[in-house]
Amino acid sequence: MRDVVVIGVGMNKWGELWEKSIRDIYVEAALAAIGDAGVDHLDSMIIGCMSGGLFVGQEHLGSLMADYLGQKNLAASRVESACASGGLAFKMAYLEVASGFSDIVMASGVEKMTDVSGDGATFALATAADQEYEVFHGATFPGLYALMATAHMHKHATTREMLSAVAVKNHNNGSMNPYAQYPFKTTIDEVSNSVMVASPLRILDCSPITDGAAAVILTTVDIAKKLGKPIIKIIGSGHATDTIALHSRADLTTLKATTVAAQKAFKMANKTIKDINFAEVHDCFTIAEIIVTESLGIFPAGKGGEAVLKGETGLEGSFPINTSGGLKSKGHPVGATGVAQIIEVVKQLRGTAENGRQLKRQPKIGMAQNMGGSGGSTLVHILEVA
Amino acid sequence: MFPARAHREYPQRYRLEAGKCKKCGKILFPKRLICPECGHREFEKVILPDAGKLLTFSVIRVAPSQFTDQSPYAIGIAELTNGVRLFAQVTDCDVDALKVGMEVRIEFRRIQTDGHHGVISYGYKFVPKWY
Repeated sequence: MRDVVVIGVGMNKWGELWEKSIRDIYVEAALAAIGDAGVDHLDSMIIGCMSGGLFVGQEHLGSLMADYLGQKNLAASRVESACASGGLAFKMAYLEVASGFSDIVMASGVEKMTDVSGDGATFALATAADQEYEVFHGATFPGLYALMATAHMHKHATTREMLSAVAVKNHNNGSMNPYAQYPFKTTIDEVSNSVMVASPLRILDCSPITDGAAAVILTTVDIAKKLGKPIIKIIGSGHATDTIALHSRADLTTLKATTVAAQKAFKMANKTIKDINFAEVHDCFTIAEIIVTESLGIFPAGKGGEAVLKGETGLEGSFPINTSGGLKSKGHPVGATGVAQIIEVVKQLRGTAENGRQLKRQPKIGMAQNMGGSGGSTLVHILEVA
Repeated sequence: MFPARAHREYPQRYRLEAGKCKKCGKILFPKRLICPECGHREFEKVILPDAGKLLTFSVIRVAPSQFTDQSPYAIGIAELTNGVRLFAQVTDCDVDALKVGMEVRIEFRRIQTDGHHGVISYGYKFVPKWY
């Protein structure tokens, strides 16, 4: 397999974009990425989208987006793995360049979530859970992560304050991200006293409903050098699944697919967690960030919450997590999230993260972890700057 | 709820029918065509026990539209006495008094309705034992 480099990134300001269609949102991000890369053509494009059908009644997104992007007759595909669709798009684009099948491929993601009511969005998102054995009984996504939170708090004495500290940190980071949907700062008290959604999770424990897109351009080392781009290589790619139903898992306090995907990525990269300088992780809920950091091996089981409270995952901490603001503050247009995580990793490795959130000790190796549903699918990617 | 979709789940929802792998003994609910533990493809029908203990729970306060009239309601995962785990609502209880480890029994209840003329869906819910 050939080495593959990320040479361009692009996204738009995320939010409730009522004036823009899914096409507009997608094309804006794609044009930004193509412009940043400086390429004159694409050989192929992959789009991660969870549910164009339920959110805007539109499938067949590969052809639609290639058309609206002005890429006549281009090979274009849409891939889906619930909230990990973006991470999956990145993997497929990586494989396409690594295999030698194509030289310049765009990995992208999009979701237009506010053309339906809150109830419609809840319904669409719930299709990522087990329809017959979870959703049928009244499960919601906050509810499923709440079950993990209750179990984690019971087993490890994780506290309300620890959950709130995740939101406080991510909103602080997001306040420096010009693309974030909710760049406001918050406090432990504000999060801990916000409206209850599914106990113990409150509204400020939850990532928002978001319209947004993100795109990155992947190519070979040779083309990257010709274009004069920094060499940011994909050195590890791991992908794993778990049971879609939470109750079918032996342990409710860890995320096995995340652990397995990370192990695969580390093996491929010939690295361990100690070699990684920072990570973007899937904080769809505050408890998710805590469990993910433990499942990745950044902190021992049960110590993730304490680490956040001590500031270890902050911008100045020993292992910065979600410097972009994470899903919590940046927003969570589900299909775009995995690609936006890669954008933040690339910005940090280039040293170009905006408004003072650039890590002071210039990082060399970063990681992105993107998961679908209640952890039923996970993609982990490791990038290194030469 | 399309009637065929409701109908094919009756054995599980009405009678708690599960499949026990004839090779390794793993009990699968719902039944499957291949055992995820050993790959065997022959199963015998078993009925799940109606008692277990609560492993975790949450009280849903922002509910999907079919469940707004029941909100707030509790959901949970229970481990039954034979080790099988199920997801269901926890009902007939003070939702603020739920505890991990609490003993529950399974009862047959109405789960959701599809408007005035649609399918009424029944199934199982957990009821804390001390009620």
